[in-house]
Amino acid sequence: MTLAAATDIASVTNLAAATNEHLANLSNTLIYSSMAVYTLAFFAYIAEWTFGSRSKIGRTAAALTGAEAKKAAAPAVTVQNAGGTAVLERPKVVVRAASGSRDVPDGPGAHGGDEQGDLYGRIAVSLTVLAFLIELSGVIARAASVERAPWGNMYEFNITFSTVAVGVYLTLLLLKKNVRWLGLFLVTTVLLDLGIAVTVLYTASDQLVPALHSYWLYIHVSTAIICGAVFYVGAVGTLLYLFKDSYESKLANGGKPGAFSTSVMERLPASANLDKFSYRVNAAVFPLWTFTIIAGSIWAESAWGRYWGWDPKETWAFITWVAYACYLHARATAGWKGRKAAYLALIAFGCWIFNYYGVNIFVGGKHSYAGV
Amino acid sequence: MSKTTADSPAETPADSPRADSSADDQDLGAAGSQLSTAPVETAMPGSFGGNRRPGLTGWLAWTGREALGWARWFWRQLTSMRVALMLLFLLSLGAVPGSLIPQSGTDALKVSEFQDAHKTLGPIYQKLGLFHVYGSAWFGAIYVLLFVSLIGCIIPRTWQFVGQLRGRPPGAPKRLNRLPAYATWRTAAEPEQVREVALAALKKRRFRAHIAGDAVAAEKGYLRETGNLLFHLALIVMLIAFAWGQLFKSEGDKLIVEGDGFSNTLTQYDDFKSGNLFSDDDLVPFSFNLKNFIGTYERTGPNRGTPSTFQADISYSIGAYGKSEKHTIKVNEPLEIGDSKVYLVSHGYAPVVTVRDGKGNVVFHQAVPMLPIDSNVTSQGAIKVLDGYKNAQGVAEQLGFAALFVPTYAKGSGTMFSQYPGLDYPVLNVTGYHGDLGVNSGIPQNVYQLETKNLKQFKDSKGKILKAQLLPGETMKLPNGAGSITFDKQIKEWAGFQVVQQPGTTWALAGALTAILGLAGSLFIQRRRVWVRATRGADGVTVVEMAGLGRSESAKLPEELGDLAALVHDRAPTKPADGPKIDAPKTADAPKPPADDPNTPNSDADTHDSDSGVEPPVPAEGAEK
Ligand code: HEM
Repeated sequence: MTLAAATDIASVTNLAAATNEHLANLSNTLIYSSMAVYTLAFFAYIAEWTFGSRSKIGRTAAALTGAEAKKAAAPAVTVQNAGGTAVLERPKVVVRAASGSRDVPDGPGAHGGDEQGDLYGRIAVSLTVLAFLIELSGVIARAASVERAPWGNMYEFNITFSTVAVGVYLTLLLLKKNVRWLGLFLVTTVLLDLGIAVTVLYTASDQLVPALHSYWLYIHVSTAIICGAVFYVGAVGTLLYLFKDSYESKLANGGKPGAFSTSVMERLPASANLDKFSYRVNAAVFPLWTFTIIAGSIWAESAWGRYWGWDPKETWAFITWVAYACYLHARATAGWKGRKAAYLALIAFGCWIFNYYGVNIFVGGKHSYAGV
Repeated sequence: MSKTTADSPAETPADSPRADSSADDQDLGAAGSQLSTAPVETAMPGSFGGNRRPGLTGWLAWTGREALGWARWFWRQLTSMRVALMLLFLLSLGAVPGSLIPQSGTDALKVSEFQDAHKTLGPIYQKLGLFHVYGSAWFGAIYVLLFVSLIGCIIPRTWQFVGQLRGRPPGAPKRLNRLPAYATWRTAAEPEQVREVALAALKKRRFRAHIAGDAVAAEKGYLRETGNLLFHLALIVMLIAFAWGQLFKSEGDKLIVEGDGFSNTLTQYDDFKSGNLFSDDDLVPFSFNLKNFIGTYERTGPNRGTPSTFQADISYSIGAYGKSEKHTIKVNEPLEIGDSKVYLVSHGYAPVVTVRDGKGNVVFHQAVPMLPIDSNVTSQGAIKVLDGYKNAQGVAEQLGFAALFVPTYAKGSGTMFSQYPGLDYPVLNVTGYHGDLGVNSGIPQNVYQLETKNLKQFKDSKGKILKAQLLPGETMKLPNGAGSITFDKQIKEWAGFQVVQQPGTTWALAGALTAILGLAGSLFIQRRRVWVRATRGADGVTVVEMAGLGRSESAKLPEELGDLAALVHDRAPTKPADGPKIDAPKTADAPKPPADDPNTPNSDADTHDSDSGVEPPVPAEGAEK
């Protein structure tokens, strides 16, 4: 066995420090508790969706069939207050949708504009915040118990990843972005992610894995996790965009979607805005992803003597990067906007997921973690 | 060169926000053009040759025109966005097999295993270059095409952008109220005065602005394009640096036993690989001695045996007469000398062995490096006594011993697999041969294995194969006075070093960092135009109209326009009688303001014009800061 391999599955550092049983158990308890609270949040989101009013639905249909009839008429306008203090004194700005795109209003959100639904939604968000804080403490306790960053194996990676994903969602909410519709989808997958983590991937916390002591590794892995979480949020947006878009075009072509899909779709933002949302999210982290790859290759250079070696993990990071570049190019190319670009975004995210799960489990290479 | 939008207004950029607009938006034309320098998709014409005059000259001229036309067409296609997109997609697709099929560059052993296991698939893969994807012709073709496309794209785009920077923002379109963000009011101020105020306000906000006719035209956010061009240029720099590194790189391996040394010349390497353009003179002159290797391992817990320290203490000197300096090389901390980096890549044990002939003369006394075969450093090797040995009959012969070494022997278990990588209970297992080692046959030999073809194995008195498990200090006697072999009480360690020289790394890094910088500019900055028109209305009152256009719709654009309008409005306030309301020009399709409170865009649509859905503020924006 070569040194590089030996140090990869193990470590050349002294971070091995004695495992703190107590902290490790505390971490496990916290992770399980956060799962319980996420489950409550999940039900609260469900309640938001089910008790939310449906009386306000049908707006998309109204907008689309109206637009059909009067194609030549001016598209929708919105008057926005320009903000600032002297609102009354300021001229108002008229905003016009781009011509050629469907003029569809955003849905009211999962609560459907209903007060009771909204209450459930607020409860759900509060529970999500609580679960997030518990999970975060769980991750920190785990890190403290192993005295290194909490991404030595896939279990740790999973719990850190879902924490960051929820963190991204909450940050967007905090920035007053219209993203509450993400809640149910996000919490569902977070529960799945944690479920896999605690059952299949669980690794006793004294398992010491690749803590190669280079701060580039810390930078590399932490940014990789952040990128993954943000890409994930983008992918959910893209997926919902595709559903909403086909719903809208069905309506525009005079089709009649089922009651269920009407009820769900009518509450989501307009497809154009979902599309814009996922583009912005993806575009915003793309530079960070670029940086992640570069940080990784700087680290590889000091550890293995080459900055790029087409190791499977490196290759898939590259493939993911090129796939996202493809997506960004598609957005800028006539004829590729909309659905086609969205498919590329989903493929790109698929590459990211494969790089994380697929390469670790099926392919191997220098990056594979010992404990899977 | 591909034609740019600059000289052909008919070709509105395909990706400008207005490209798909209906006929009544055509008047936006020049105002909306050149918001980016992205290349334009061109349709393929049926023929480039045009009319063909009779006769040979006519045919020649026609063929020339045709060929030139097609060449230009291909070039345009290659440098178009659509083809760039396709090539990018192909590049990521093409990288996939290399990650799933063993690659000879990274793991030659796995490749041969694969070929043995797949008799039909192996040769096909071999033909397709699937065992060395990243060096294969077809993979090369994709990225060479991509980079030709990139260069072919970046040059005209740069010129076009320079042109845009030297020119001025295009004048206001006829109907400002058709733009994505629009504001208007009537004021008592004179039109000239309003324009001056607007010009000053826009300039203060670092717009490039000028007065064109009855309106002020302004543009901002050129850094977006700059960033984008910078990013693509940086990609080119990175590729060149990468290729340069491949061509001039060298990489050699050297195994050194404690106490031994190495000087950086080609002949000293155990194994050496280099790029096509590398020359031996490029090797950095230096030498070093391995003083001491330290390896420590976890003693307890589930990770018993995993390494916790690997370090090589060396002394090195640069050049022929350089001063000797001490240094420690660790796994993550190579020694850097000039362009060369010395990495610690492997380690193992080298038990010291003494071989004597029948008369007791020492014919061999050396530390013999053993090659680890598992993570507990069970190692194998060969002890070769090439000359100086004479057998009991006084005839010169060669001796060879196949050896198996374990640093920690499992007592009583009978297995020769090491239980722990540290030197807890070292045992050397040997079996001996005599005859011809075959080292002079000209065929390169593995130093860790014996070529037993011309060797005879020593047998004991009962005719059984002679072998022994030696503890340090123990000796195995060879039969019939043939001599003996002793496992000395000394076990050295060896370390494997890789000496890598890869020029261009700094350039690759600089390119990469520039790429990120450019990318951030390209993705976070919005390029937008603002126009302010001030005209005297039919009743003699000045009408101010302001409008904004961005490359993509953004919530920030109306906000900015609102701020700008407020600035202008402060100096040219609404005429008292009018009140601050929207005063759209009296065109048939002018947007009518919704009647109800604009802050509740989600209220039922039917309170508005029957045909207008209401667009609320755009949701989250991550991309624009
Ligand atoms: C190695 C291959 C390439 C990579 C990785 C790459 C990557 C990117 C990325 C990430 C963007 C997004 C930035 C943005 O949206 O502003 C972009 C934009 C762009 N790329 Fe490339 N690119 C490559 C090759 C090319 C080629 C060959 C062309 C020319 C045909 C090209 C033309 C453009 C243009 C025009 C934009 C700007 C689009 C806009 O204004 O939004 N790229 N590229």
